Amino acid sequence: MNKTFNNKAWWMVLPVFLVVAFNALVPLMTVVNYSVQETFGNNEFFWSGTIWFQQLLDNDQIRASLGRQIAFTAVVLAIQVPLGLAIALCMPRKGPWVSVCLVLMALPLLVPWNVVGSMWNIMALPDIGLLGKTINALGIHYNYTRDPVAAWFTVILMDVWHWTSLVVLLCYAGLVSIPDAYYQAAKIDGARPWAVFRYIQLPKLKHVLTIAILLRFMDSFMIYTEVIVLTGGGPGSATKFLSIDLVQKALGGFDLGPAAAFSIVYFLIILLTSWLFYTLMMRNEAN
Amino acid sequence: MAKITIDNLRHSYLPEPKRDEDFALKRVHLDWADGGAYALLGPSGCGKTTLLNLISGLLHPTEGRILFDGRDVSNETPEHRNIAQVFQFPVIYDTMTVYDNLAFPLRNRKVDEAEIRKRVTAIAEMLELTATLSKRASGLTADGKQKISLGRGLVRSDVNVIMFDEPLTVIDPHLKWQLRSKLKELQHRIRRTMIYVTHDQTEALTFADQVVVMNNGEVVQTGTPIELFEKPKHIFVGHFIGSPGMNVMPCEVKGGKAFVNGHAVAADNAASSDGSSRLELGVRPEFVTFADKGLPVDVVKVSDIGRYRVVDTRLGGNSVKLIVPEGGAIPEGKAHLAFDKAHTQIYSDGWLVGEAR
Repeated sequence: MNKTFNNKAWWMVLPVFLVVAFNALVPLMTVVNYSVQETFGNNEFFWSGTIWFQQLLDNDQIRASLGRQIAFTAVVLAIQVPLGLAIALCMPRKGPWVSVCLVLMALPLLVPWNVVGSMWNIMALPDIGLLGKTINALGIHYNYTRDPVAAWFTVILMDVWHWTSLVVLLCYAGLVSIPDAYYQAAKIDGARPWAVFRYIQLPKLKHVLTIAILLRFMDSFMIYTEVIVLTGGGPGSATKFLSIDLVQKALGGFDLGPAAAFSIVYFLIILLTSWLFYTLMMRNEAN
Repeated sequence: MAKITIDNLRHSYLPEPKRDEDFALKRVHLDWADGGAYALLGPSGCGKTTLLNLISGLLHPTEGRILFDGRDVSNETPEHRNIAQVFQFPVIYDTMTVYDNLAFPLRNRKVDEAEIRKRVTAIAEMLELTATLSKRASGLTADGKQKISLGRGLVRSDVNVIMFDEPLTVIDPHLKWQLRSKLKELQHRIRRTMIYVTHDQTEALTFADQVVVMNNGEVVQTGTPIELFEKPKHIFVGHFIGSPGMNVMPCEVKGGKAFVNGHAVAADNAASSDGSSRLELGVRPEFVTFADKGLPVDVVKVSDIGRYRVVDTRLGGNSVKLIVPEGGAIPEGKAHLAFDKAHTQIYSDGWLVGEAR
C-alpha cells in the first residue's frame, strides 16, 4: 500500500491548540510563574524558589482552613448523597406529579449563588428572620453571627437546601433508565425491597452516583459566594474555608507569590482527589 | 406444576375501558394441560405479552379469572403464584457471580444452602454454564446472560409454570438455534408447563405442542402446528403461518360449489356455506399444482428459494402463489392450476366456514 505522507493536516489542529492554550495553559502557567517569584511592585520580579510553598505548608492558618474545608465537604457529602438518593427513590415514576416534583427539585439550582447567601442570611437572622426567630422561639439559643456551631449549622443547611437537588435529579435520571424487566424479574425471583435496592438499583446507579459525588465534592470544596454572603467566614474564622482564605490573601494582601502557590496546591488537591476517586470507582468495571 | 385455566379474561390498560377497542386483550378463554409446551404466536401488539403478564401476575386483569389447578389466583402476587418468567432482554444481577445469580430466587425463598448448591450445579450443567459459575455475570455475552435468565427460571423445582417472553430476540442466529433446541430438550426432560411467547413462527412451531395464534387482542386459533398449517381457522392464520402465506381470493358459492373468477373450484367445505356474506377461498401454495386443465393463469414471476421455487401467477386480478419442487417443470406465459380439494377452504368474513369458532 502506498501511503502519501503529508503533514499539512496538522495545521487543522492549530485553532483548537490556540483555544486550549489561551483558556487553560497560559493562565495556569502565569500562576505557576508567580508562585516561584517575589515582587515589590513596578512589575519587577525576583526568583524565590520554593519558599512560598514552604511557607504555605507551615502556615497554621491555612492548615486550619484546610481542616474546616475537609470537614465541611465530608459533612455535606454525607448528608446530600444519601438524602438525594432517598428523595429520588420516593419520587413518582409516572403521572402528573412527575413534572411537579422535577420543577420543585430544579428550583433551588436556578437561584444565583449570592442570592442563596442573602436569602439564608436574612432568613436565619435571630431577631427578624423566619428561621432564626422560630428556633429561638423554641427555646434554643441560636445566633449564627456569634456562635460557631450555629454558623456551621446554617452554612450546611443552606448547602443542603441548595445542592441536594442535583443529587436527586441525577439519581432520578438513573432510576428511570432502569428497564421495567429488572423489577419484574426481581418480583418473580421473590426479591424483597431491600434486595431490589441492593442488587438492582444501587449497581445501576453506580455511574450517576460517581458523577454526583464528584460534582458535589468539587463544588463544595470550592464553595465561596454563599458562605461569604452568609457569614463572611465568621464568627472569627469559624467558617473560613480555603477559597475565602485564598481570596483574602490574593486580593486583600496582594501577596501574588503566596496566593499563586496556594492556588496551585488547592487545584492539585481537587485534581488528585477527583482522579483517585474516579479511578477507584471505575477500576472494578475493567476487571 | 399446574393445569392452567384462563376464564373469560379481558384486560385494558385504560382505567375505565368502554369500547371494545379499549381492551388490549378481548375476552380470552383457554385451557392448558399440566406439563405441556405452549406457544403464544402473533404480530407485535397483538396482546400476547399482555396475556403472559396477566398469567404471571405482573398485571391485574380488568375482568375474568386465572386458575392454577382449579384454584383462583387472579388476585395473587407473582411470588405467590410461584411462576418463573424469562424476559425479552436478559436480566442479570450485575454485581453477583453466575452462581449467585442462579441461587438468587432460591435464597430469597430461604432454601437451605446445600440444596441450593445441588440445584444450581444441576441447572448450570444443563445450560453448559458450569465453567463460568464463579465469574461475574456482567462479563458474559448476551447469550450467556440469557442463559442465566433461563437458569433462574428453571432452578426452582416447584414452579407452576415457566414463561418465556420472546427470549431469543437478542441472541445471534446460530446460537438462537442452539438455545431453542436446548429449551425443547429441557422441556422434554423436566416436563414442566411452559408458555413461550413469540412473533416468530419457526420458534413457535418447533417449540410447542399447542400453538395459540393471536391477533388484535383475540385468540384466532389454537391447535397443533399441523392443524394450523392444514386447516387455518382464519385467513389471518393462513397468512401469518407458512412462507409464503396462504393464497386468498374472493369467490362465490352457488349450489354447494365454489367459483373463482367464474371458474368452478372444488373446496372442502363449499357445501356448508350459505353464500350470504363476504366469501373468500383459501389454499396454501403447497397445495397448488400446475395441471393440463383447470384455472387459467398467467405466470408472472419465479423465485428460487433453494430446495424449491415459488411461482407467482395471476388469476384475474388476484395473485396465486404455488411451490414447485426442485426439478419440477414450470410453464411460461399461460398455464393452468389445480387446487388440492382437501386443503382448499372457504372463509366467510375471514373465518373458516362450517367450523365452530
